[in-house]
Amino acid sequence: MGCTSLRYRPGWFSRTRLERDPMVPEPIATELAKKQKEISVAEFFERNKQVLGFDSPTRALITAVKEAVDNALDACEEANVLPDVYVEITPVEGTEDEFRLIIEDNGPGVVKRQIPNVFARLLYGSRFHAIRQTRGQQGIGISAVVLYSQLTTGHHALITSRIAADRPTHCVELAIDTKKNEAEIVSETRPEWDKAHGTRIEVQMVARYVAGRQSVLEYLRSTSIVNPHAHIVFKDPKGQVWDFERATDVLPQIPEDIKPHPHGVERGTILKMARETKARKLSAFLRTEFSSIGSRSGKEILDKAGLKDAIKPKDLDRDQIKALHGAFKQVKVMAPPTTCLSPIGEQLTKRGLKKETVDISPEFIATATRPPAVHSGHPFQIEVGIVYGGKLPKDESVKLLRFANRVPLLYQQGGCGLTKAIEGIDWRRYGLEQRGGRGVPNGPAIFLVHIASSKVPFTSEAKEAVASIEEIEDEVKRAFRDCARHMSRHLRKKEKRAKTSEKFKLISQVLPRIAEKSAKVLEKPVPDLTHIICKIMDVVWIEDKIEYERWEGSEPPEGPKAYQPKPAKKKEAAVGQTTLLVEEESGLEVATNGHVEKSEGKPKGIWITTSTIEVTNYMLKSRKFKLYAIKPEGVVMTEVEPKPSAVEDRYVVWDLPKLGSTEKATLKFSFAGLQKGDFDDNELFVEGINDINVVGADEWHGGD
Amino acid sequence: MEVTSLAAKKKAAVKNKAANDRAIIAAQALETIAGEIYQDLSKKEIPSMTIPTRTKSNIEFDERHRVWKYGKNLSKRSAKTLDGAYMLLRTMYMTDFIKEMIDAQKSSTLREMYYISEGWDMAKFGDQSESDNLAEDLEIISGHLREDFKLRPEENGASVMGNLTITEFTRNGVARDLHCQDDVGDTGYNIPYNVEKEKITFKNVDADFVIAIETGGMYARLVENGFDEKFRSILVHLKGQPARSTRRFIKRINEEAGLPVVVFTDGDPWSFRIFASVAYGAIKTAHISEYLATPSAQYLGVTPSDIVNYDLPSDKLTERDVAALKAELTDPRFNDEMWKNEIEFQLQLGKKSEQQALAKYGLDFVTDTYLPEKLAEIGIL
Ligand SMILES: Nc1ncnc2c1ncn2[C@@H]1O[C@H](COP(=O)(O)OP(=O)(O)OP(=O)(O)O)[C@@H](O)[C@H]1O
Ligand SMILES: [Mg+2]
Repeated sequence: MGCTSLRYRPGWFSRTRLERDPMVPEPIATELAKKQKEISVAEFFERNKQVLGFDSPTRALITAVKEAVDNALDACEEANVLPDVYVEITPVEGTEDEFRLIIEDNGPGVVKRQIPNVFARLLYGSRFHAIRQTRGQQGIGISAVVLYSQLTTGHHALITSRIAADRPTHCVELAIDTKKNEAEIVSETRPEWDKAHGTRIEVQMVARYVAGRQSVLEYLRSTSIVNPHAHIVFKDPKGQVWDFERATDVLPQIPEDIKPHPHGVERGTILKMARETKARKLSAFLRTEFSSIGSRSGKEILDKAGLKDAIKPKDLDRDQIKALHGAFKQVKVMAPPTTCLSPIGEQLTKRGLKKETVDISPEFIATATRPPAVHSGHPFQIEVGIVYGGKLPKDESVKLLRFANRVPLLYQQGGCGLTKAIEGIDWRRYGLEQRGGRGVPNGPAIFLVHIASSKVPFTSEAKEAVASIEEIEDEVKRAFRDCARHMSRHLRKKEKRAKTSEKFKLISQVLPRIAEKSAKVLEKPVPDLTHIICKIMDVVWIEDKIEYERWEGSEPPEGPKAYQPKPAKKKEAAVGQTTLLVEEESGLEVATNGHVEKSEGKPKGIWITTSTIEVTNYMLKSRKFKLYAIKPEGVVMTEVEPKPSAVEDRYVVWDLPKLGSTEKATLKFSFAGLQKGDFDDNELFVEGINDINVVGADEWHGGD
Repeated sequence: MEVTSLAAKKKAAVKNKAANDRAIIAAQALETIAGEIYQDLSKKEIPSMTIPTRTKSNIEFDERHRVWKYGKNLSKRSAKTLDGAYMLLRTMYMTDFIKEMIDAQKSSTLREMYYISEGWDMAKFGDQSESDNLAEDLEIISGHLREDFKLRPEENGASVMGNLTITEFTRNGVARDLHCQDDVGDTGYNIPYNVEKEKITFKNVDADFVIAIETGGMYARLVENGFDEKFRSILVHLKGQPARSTRRFIKRINEEAGLPVVVFTDGDPWSFRIFASVAYGAIKTAHISEYLATPSAQYLGVTPSDIVNYDLPSDKLTERDVAALKAELTDPRFNDEMWKNEIEFQLQLGKKSEQQALAKYGLDFVTDTYLPEKLAEIGIL
């Protein structure tokens, strides 16, 4: 079977399987034996092409881009470099359905010896055994792309890679021997390359390029949202260049490998671990090879399993393993460590959404990152975002963007647990339309949901949908409710303000003119309007604005010491992922040193965000109350005016002086530690006054 | 006729003075409106103004004048709301404008005032109908006619043809006698916007009835066929929805010369409203119905029954027509046996016909057959 000369036609594989002389009878066993040999990777591929994501030319192209981009991002992050990924798709001249696909990254590269294995051998990868959040897992992805390309066009893949500036660049032409699942190097060169390190893949495949929800462009745009540290450039088949810029220069925290958690291991794994461990006693085996087992819980497990500590792990038999597995489920142990996770963080998710929705000019974006949680022994963390308003269609169903470990999930929306969680929320309470209070709501919104986990429970190998798991769905719901509350507060405030701003116009412009004109007709003096203005308004009016100012210098301006955040624990800082890294000794330090310097050409300096709040009492009586302004956590306060009664992690609170009729108070707080536009919506609350009488703030409930 | 006697001039001067005095009194009334607003403000009250609700749900039959007038429902315009405040501000602007105009002894058309109001900043109107409406509001509140405010409509009234002589005081203050057959062209005598006694008087009327006609085409047909001469009638062209001056003219001739009035229109809901505004008073001007409406006016046709009886060419009723007919069923002015039957019949029929559909039977059919028959039916012939 000369694969290289064959062109892709649907059904081609099934026909080739019959390619033997059917007229000659053979003993069954011989025939079987022959068949057994003939199961080539080509056949494996054909049988699994749906699972592998190559079941249509359209999908094949998206999958190919996805596999290569996922790998590029994984590799860059592992090597601690800010990813620069270039994707190019060009139609092949003289064909109708062939495209050339190039994906290039600035990652660590692949050593020459490994190139054939990595790119042309199925089930060869570096992450299969790792327990931590990664995009790739199975060691199939990129070889499947190379195989598909070869099978459909006969063209070999061209891999270029360099691992360091002082090393040569290797360019290798790879062919896959589909019978042996082996790679052959057809040719190799050492070209010049302007990159110090990186990898470039070039393949030619039968494909179809489309636009829309399920497309390469949408995949890259979505990828860019949840990977705001990546810079992705895409040249589409028409030659148009799409530049998905970086929204941050800070790399995500590198997730650490963790050991299996007792609640998440299968019996086979326990058996394998027992065979391989260096521990001599069972208690030591449990303590050293699993996460979260201490000596007390270890002993308890052994008791429950009825096993003696002295048993050598290597000697455990099947029944004993079974007993151990059973005991794991019964004993309470600590949750697994969450250092294997690397969530995007609220600020960066927001920044990612913001930059990719500029054309829509949404009126509101909220994001939430939940604390880590656990599903059957595997840590996971949920992040969500809501983009609302602007040019988004009002009467269509909300657009969902689903992600697992920073990879967009484009297919199987309906069968995904993340979708089910969204459908299970009564969105009508938050001002969206939803028939019967179930299902994906309608309204001008985009929902983002991301699950980060050391093991994302996909419904199938195709990694398209997350299984329905209660713990996960609960977390998704919690996160969305959090965001949605924020959203509905914003909408209510806006509505109230729109209503009252009419009155504002009335008292500030129309009424004074009525007074003037009537006085003119009568040739009398213009009457004083203060009292009437309050009668008409009858509210306390709060207006706010947020401004950003660049502070030249690497240290923020000296702020009042009393208002600074308490030194955060290192772990929290990692979860938050803001640009402000909090170091333990000094208490404060803005992340300018290490990270900003890395990005070439960007000026030094920090953004100072200033929020100004103006309170006017348009009521007949004087008023006295407290005003709370929510501030981002972990930022460095540079100014708070006037003297607040307290500055907490989450808010600033003022005890306002008594405001007489039409009297005004201006409040202000500034901080460093966020980029321009990160903090763009003031959330204000009042205490000690009925919020019916207040426009621009809600009642304080302890700041849920 | 061309002679300008001193006496006539003097008479004109007296009449002009009367008009000017009325304007000054009207200006004082407007000041009262501004005064009320000013007083509210001085008393630290949210200023407001009340006027009768100007909708069909608030018109009542006035037994004394036998016309439809605004009822007791009042609408309040208060500066509590932005819309209300805008109305008050516009009212103040208009009051100021009219006052200045009267002081300067000038006048303007409603359209001119609308264009001037473009410069009123936030008191600007959306379109002219809004400023026209407010001028009517001011009439209602002040109890004075907008003519007294020196505001006049853009277009003149319509035309008249018949055996009558009108004395008109020209803008030079000269009294001129005009015979509405001999001294005018084929279009007839043009009714001026002011038809009060200081402008025109009826010197001599020799006719049996007045026939008010909706369309220009039909008016011309009656003129050409000599209907005014043959049937001793006065033809008045309404030009669609008749201007105030046309209605006032009809009312005066009805009262002063004692002539019955009949109205001849197309056979559709919009034409019925034309008749209603002539006979009962229009909703928009219900505050001056007793001054504009001719309660004894009778509807001649084209009735929905005529469409069938005369087998007239017809069009299908549009959705808007149907809605208008249904609205008329709840309009108190049409709440009588004749109208209820006719409107319901038309809804059932689903058809409407124009006046000129009568030409189906020849150009003389309308004057030789249709009108004599219809006039006989209502006892005028
Ligand atoms: N662009 C790259 N730069 C450096 N190393 C790479 C690159 N692409 C792939 N690799 C290496 O090759 C291995 C195999 O990649 P492959 O995509 O086949 O599997 P995977 O990413 O581990 O899992 P999955 O099948 O889920 O994608 C990776 O594990 C990684 O070690
Ligand atoms: Mg991969």
